[in-house]
Amino acid sequence: MTIQLTHFSAAFVFALFASIVFGITHRETTRDMVRYGLYCFAMFLGGVLVAGWAMWLVRR
Amino acid sequence: MTNPTPAKTKPATVPAQSASMMSVLAPAIGWFIPGAGHMIQKRWIRGALLLISIGTLFVLGLMMQGHIYKANGGDILDILGFVGDLGAGGMYIVTLAMNGGQGAVAFAIADYGTKFMIVAGLLNFIAVADAYHIAIGKKQ
Repeated sequence: MTIQLTHFSAAFVFALFASIVFGITHRETTRDMVRYGLYCFAMFLGGVLVAGWAMWLVRR
Repeated sequence: MTNPTPAKTKPATVPAQSASMMSVLAPAIGWFIPGAGHMIQKRWIRGALLLISIGTLFVLGLMMQGHIYKANGGDILDILGFVGDLGAGGMYIVTLAMNGGQGAVAFAIADYGTKFMIVAGLLNFIAVADAYHIAIGKKQ
């Protein structure tokens, strides 16, 4: 069984699960875990979007 | 005059031995089954989330026809890929035993799959370290 993800959906899935693990392992309390997980998720996806637009600008 | 020391030290050594045992057991089990190192210490939700996250990343990598690295002494990137994959523990061993992860890296999605599996292994290393820190009392 194979699966075909688009570039963005692959980045989204990666960001989601990596952020969950980072949140759990890098913070002490539940509240901090959730906050740090959301922060990591935003940084991952934000980084993807910024890098994507940067490459678009470079290509022009 | 009686010496109270033996009576005091005996109860104190039992938790110490238990913590010492757990500090070995939790990382070992956590490496083999992602999240199990937390579950064995009654961190059920954290363990379940780690299992789902790391397991899903690894399985998605396989479904994207990613490549599994075997033990090798060649290119440095291949060695690092093997180290990353090895972190997935039982999933890596089962995949190798079933002759999985033979996907070609000729197209981008398969390359993403390869990276998904490596990252799943590396995240599991972090989870193992976290389970160890809980076992020694450094973290709640």
